[in-house]
Amino acid sequence: MSNHLISIDDLGAEGLTELLDLSDYFLEVSGRRIPKVPVLRGKTIAWLFWEDSTRTRLSFETAAKRLSADTLNFNVSSSSVKKGESLRDTVETIGAMGIDGIVVRHASAGVPRQISQWTDAAIVNAGDGWHEHPTQALLDCYTIRQERGSLAGLRIALVGDIKHSRVARSNVKAFAALGAEVTLVAPPTLLPPTLDGWPVKVTQDMDEACAHADVVYLLRMQLERQEESLIPSLREYTSRFGLTSARARALNPRTLVMHPGPMNRGVEIAGDVPDLANAVVTNQVANGVVTRMAVLYQLLGSGAGLVPELEVERV
Amino acid sequence: MAERERTSMPPNGGVFVAHSQPMDVEDVRRALWRISHEVVERNHGVDDVVIVGLQTGGVELSIRLAQNLSEIEGTLPPTGTLDVAFYRDDIGLRSVGPAAPTDIPFALGDKVVVLVDDVLFTGRTIRAALDALTDFGRPRAVQLAVMVDRGHRELPIRPDFVGKNLPTRRDELVDVTEEGVALGTYEAAAPQ
Repeated sequence: MSNHLISIDDLGAEGLTELLDLSDYFLEVSGRRIPKVPVLRGKTIAWLFWEDSTRTRLSFETAAKRLSADTLNFNVSSSSVKKGESLRDTVETIGAMGIDGIVVRHASAGVPRQISQWTDAAIVNAGDGWHEHPTQALLDCYTIRQERGSLAGLRIALVGDIKHSRVARSNVKAFAALGAEVTLVAPPTLLPPTLDGWPVKVTQDMDEACAHADVVYLLRMQLERQEESLIPSLREYTSRFGLTSARARALNPRTLVMHPGPMNRGVEIAGDVPDLANAVVTNQVANGVVTRMAVLYQLLGSGAGLVPELEVERV
Repeated sequence: MAERERTSMPPNGGVFVAHSQPMDVEDVRRALWRISHEVVERNHGVDDVVIVGLQTGGVELSIRLAQNLSEIEGTLPPTGTLDVAFYRDDIGLRSVGPAAPTDIPFALGDKVVVLVDDVLFTGRTIRAALDALTDFGRPRAVQLAVMVDRGHRELPIRPDFVGKNLPTRRDELVDVTEEGVALGTYEAAAPQ
């Protein structure tokens, strides 16, 4: 793993597996009477969120505090960004304060990568435009692994607005790297212009996809897409691509139902579906803290950038 | 093994070469029986005793200690494992992560915890373990059992139960395995 986590490509199958294995240790820590370990004492992590987020920021914040890091919130709406400060000046200012890690969310793809060239701090991408959201992919892989032991050979149906989804891009890469077969289920208007190089199959038949899937992963339907005429109506979207109560009941009882949140109940997922036994949406949220602990520890606390200890043979 | 981690490595890797065997398998077995009786004697039985083995070198010994206690007293004390990687004072200075699971599926409040490790050296692992235990509860007391005390303490920590006091040089390595206790050094690997 490099000094940053910007894309799932930075990890590969080996790096992903390493982080998932590490997450097991932090799952145990999270169950303790005092769920806090002193691994990042004296480290400071800043949140740079140029785009709204509740759960991702809270999840990172919880993770950092359980590792004993200090955290700083950079509130864009009340900052000098409003006064016209450039991205670079903002980042260099924060860097000059001796910040060890920066967790970034920005509406433009590529901002985290760009920032990583302006500062010595470790950069974690918490979502950039339509590009990637690697910690979401990590927590999803961890949740699936927890339920099924492994992703190898699993059939995962990724349903909804693929085109505008950074979650989809990160998850397709991560699922495929760990050996799952991914099928995209979406109307053509919600697919990217090209799928060259995507290790996926594509279908528009939700019932067919559900019948074969080990995991049905629903993406959030962004309601403004209706105004862009990408879908005829929300009602039609729901009937063709939503996980309705009828579709959910027809699923194999072992098929997992996942959603990155926030959910539009009644649109991509029927109101009662998240409460079914095979829906693991709340597990995803809990695992978000655990896997983000692994990421922050790996980047800031493990000394992974240092020379590894050599294995010694015994004779 | 914890002992192995602490030893500085030759720059190009190396091999552990045993020079002597201070304890064979029978010596270890007898020492563990003596320690078991001492634990019972000190605590007037094992009713409030719980055992925690340090990952990875202390775990096997902790399981055997618990079995001995069960044979002596008729009750098997609760036994758990603890990995202290997250509490080490050199975390971030060296590339070392957790090695094996922590699993303490019982409450420590008001219990006597017997910490078990294979080798006591600088005392830093035990310092970390004491910190970690605090996060699980407030034991009435913590006692330390080790198979080998090799000296060279860097912190004011002493064992309660010792298999063998073994004088060593700082650059030597003590290896506790199923075959007993070996004392040796690292020899630089032959040039490729």
